[in-house]
Amino acid sequence: MKRIDRNYKVRNFHQAKWDEPIIFELSKKGERGVLVPKAEEEITAVVGDGVSKIPQHMRRKKAANLPEISQPRVLRHYMRLSQETLGADVNIEIGQGTCTVKYSPKVNELLARLPQITEVHPLQDESTVQGILEIMYKTDLYMREISGMDRFTFQPSGGSQGILTIASVVRAYFEERGEADKRDEIITTIYSHPSDAAAPAVKGYKIIYIHPDENGHPDFEAFKTVVSERTAAFIVANPEDTGVYNPRIKEFTNLVHEFGGLCGYDQANANGLLGVTRAKEAGFDMCFFNLHKTFSTPHGCGGPATGATGVTKELEKYLPAPLIDYDGSKYFLNYEITNNPYSIGKVRLFNGVAPVVLKAYAWIMSLGSEGLYEVAKVAVLNNNYLFKKLMEIDCVDAPYIKGKQRVEQVRYTIKKLTNDTGITTGDIQRRMMDFGMHYWTSHHPYYVPEPITLEPTETPSKEDLDEYIETLKHVFNEAYENPEIIKTAPHRSVCHKIDESSLDNPDEWAITWRSYLKKSKA
Amino acid sequence: MKKLGLIVNPIAGMGGRVGLKGTDGVVKRALELGALPRAPQRAKKALEVLKEISNEIEIVTYSGDMGEREAKECGFKTKIITAVENEFTTSQDTINAARKMLEERVDLILFAGGDGTARDIYNAVKEEMVVLGIPAGVKIHSPVYAQSPLRAGKLAKQYLQGKVKLIKEVEVLDIDERAYRNGNVKTRLYGYLNIPFEKRYVQNRKAGTPLSEKAAQNAISLDIIDNMIEDTLYIIGPGSTTRPIMQNLNLPYTLLGVDLIYNKQIVGLDVTEKELLKHISDKPSKLIITPIGGQGYLFGRGNQQISPEVIKQVGKDNIIVIATKEKISNLQGKPFLVDTGDIKIDEMLNGYIRVITGYKEQMIYPIKT
Repeated sequence: MKRIDRNYKVRNFHQAKWDEPIIFELSKKGERGVLVPKAEEEITAVVGDGVSKIPQHMRRKKAANLPEISQPRVLRHYMRLSQETLGADVNIEIGQGTCTVKYSPKVNELLARLPQITEVHPLQDESTVQGILEIMYKTDLYMREISGMDRFTFQPSGGSQGILTIASVVRAYFEERGEADKRDEIITTIYSHPSDAAAPAVKGYKIIYIHPDENGHPDFEAFKTVVSERTAAFIVANPEDTGVYNPRIKEFTNLVHEFGGLCGYDQANANGLLGVTRAKEAGFDMCFFNLHKTFSTPHGCGGPATGATGVTKELEKYLPAPLIDYDGSKYFLNYEITNNPYSIGKVRLFNGVAPVVLKAYAWIMSLGSEGLYEVAKVAVLNNNYLFKKLMEIDCVDAPYIKGKQRVEQVRYTIKKLTNDTGITTGDIQRRMMDFGMHYWTSHHPYYVPEPITLEPTETPSKEDLDEYIETLKHVFNEAYENPEIIKTAPHRSVCHKIDESSLDNPDEWAITWRSYLKKSKA
Repeated sequence: MKKLGLIVNPIAGMGGRVGLKGTDGVVKRALELGALPRAPQRAKKALEVLKEISNEIEIVTYSGDMGEREAKECGFKTKIITAVENEFTTSQDTINAARKMLEERVDLILFAGGDGTARDIYNAVKEEMVVLGIPAGVKIHSPVYAQSPLRAGKLAKQYLQGKVKLIKEVEVLDIDERAYRNGNVKTRLYGYLNIPFEKRYVQNRKAGTPLSEKAAQNAISLDIIDNMIEDTLYIIGPGSTTRPIMQNLNLPYTLLGVDLIYNKQIVGLDVTEKELLKHISDKPSKLIITPIGGQGYLFGRGNQQISPEVIKQVGKDNIIVIATKEKISNLQGKPFLVDTGDIKIDEMLNGYIRVITGYKEQMIYPIKT
């Protein structure tokens, strides 16, 4: 019998492509997935028809326009869509830099799917949910240890909501001091996440961006010219998207404090820092962790998620209620904060996404403090292996701190390849899909020209890293030898080219089926 | 059948090989030094790409060196609009040719040359036509030029085929060649031309779609307008970034001139330095300017009306710099530059300045003299 030849690194991938309509288009009048039985007489005798108890003005006059579709067709529809995605369970997930997409142990998923957690209701009596309250309370304690902050809330259901919580605390803090009108500026950097600017902007703040100096650190001289009595806060990531750590961060936070401002640390991605540095020692008053990034809960494509937000003792009273406390015998939801007129109130219903906190707790417990430190070390090692290998490729470069290591990710540039061949980083991105690989460029605008942002995390093996590197090399070679195949890519992926040039014209897009029908009318 | 206007500046690029830094006014000297024409070859490289659709296009061009030879050698159906008589073509020939093509309503003017040629094209057609440059000159500062002749050909082809439909307004820049030969690079903004604009297609939806340049400029203008102070003179510098301020206030404006607003009304259009000084002498004033794209000059290039004296009287604190984030990122970390002509003023401007990049959004950016 002939052996199968496995002597290649670049995979011969082909994705399912179902040409599947939108579920509304699958709707057939009268088709049903479930025929709901009529209520029995004994029941109607007690509760009536089930509808007339609803006040007249709240009742629908017309049935909701939901898709009418049978069970097998619903199943087929979503199975097909699931085959048209990529993600950490099927591909080597190195390409989604800044996202910290790691392998998340399935056992934690099993725990979160136990009926004891899926059937819990947030309005249940405290005495019946002591287990999850204890887990939330203890996860708070671990987060305090990891960050040096004094209190965490799990209410924000994502990183951006964590930043919104921070910006809200900033506003409440200055309102209490009667300085809210004067303090109207929030400073961030161009390589911090765009939400560090966007969420404070929602709170009405003016946003000031700092550019990097020649080493890629935020320019301290520029920073000095802008920190003033108008500064409400400095919100920043460190390391930023470049993977460069700002060693002078304490000078930045000190300066802000000198002028009476607050400092918020974007630790959405803290994967290279666990057990290494803490927000407190860097002089921050607040920070947040995306449990779906560093804490492996996992990254859920729009949810469910948690932006665990921590603050110092001084700021605790502004946090959203309830917090979870322990009185020595039982865990309870503490609403005491609501008595503070300057509490920011709720940022989300109830107390955040309980199964996500559970998974983070399980992940932390399985690793222990040494394990968390090991995560950071391996993530940084993997990243620097990838970094070294990619920098050996002629057309790849990375700006800033030449010859030095990066933390958990790197923003590369393939400007040389674009100059040589006309192939852009966006073209390479589309071609990488043909090999079942994600590849992320950067947020806009591209301050690093023709950027790639890659982040391996601690979970890929050396073989995985090598496969990704070989695939990239293969595509770069194609750019020089057969650019047409890249220009016309993808060929073996679900989607073809997407034209986003008209996306700031509301006539060209729709976010609901109803508005699509309205806007697409001939 | 699509009509493609072709203009080759046959002398473009000849000064470069013999170290003359430009060919304007020194053709004879360049020839004596042994310079060889370069533009015809570069034009042909672009035309080679268009051969694939040669039965769909007619080339409209000038006789001889200015396009006829290149078009015919590549086998295109060619219409000659005028014969050139002089031994050496001049910039007037380029201007005349472009004007004729405007009359002929060609679909696209493809021209081979350098920064000087782009200026001539601009003088002839302004923003009334879509044009595209084949880089062939010594100096290529204007983004009206594709990155290579090959890419000029490809983009022209896609545009004529209707595959590229968007157009983009880009700056016409040139340096003062005489100053350049003396070792000083002084680039000026001469105007704007429309070029075809190739879309980038995306696949991975991790990041949001950026605002278009136009939408970003509009956001900046709304920030400016909402924060305008009463009884204060606003000096609006040239450029397409400042234009939406005037448009959103429903005011007339000059794209390349300096205009004045007082209590949201026009009090001067395309004013001179003298008029500026008169206006600011008795009113608090603010100066709104934008850097020149790609090179970052704030003063001394294309806005000489805003003289050192004007800057001094307005004061650094009253200078409002505006630029889209895209424009800043295109500087690739290079600082803003100033060359007001007065070293003291340049030194006063040295340091950092706030730049309005959107609604309630600013950046701190360095200025170097």
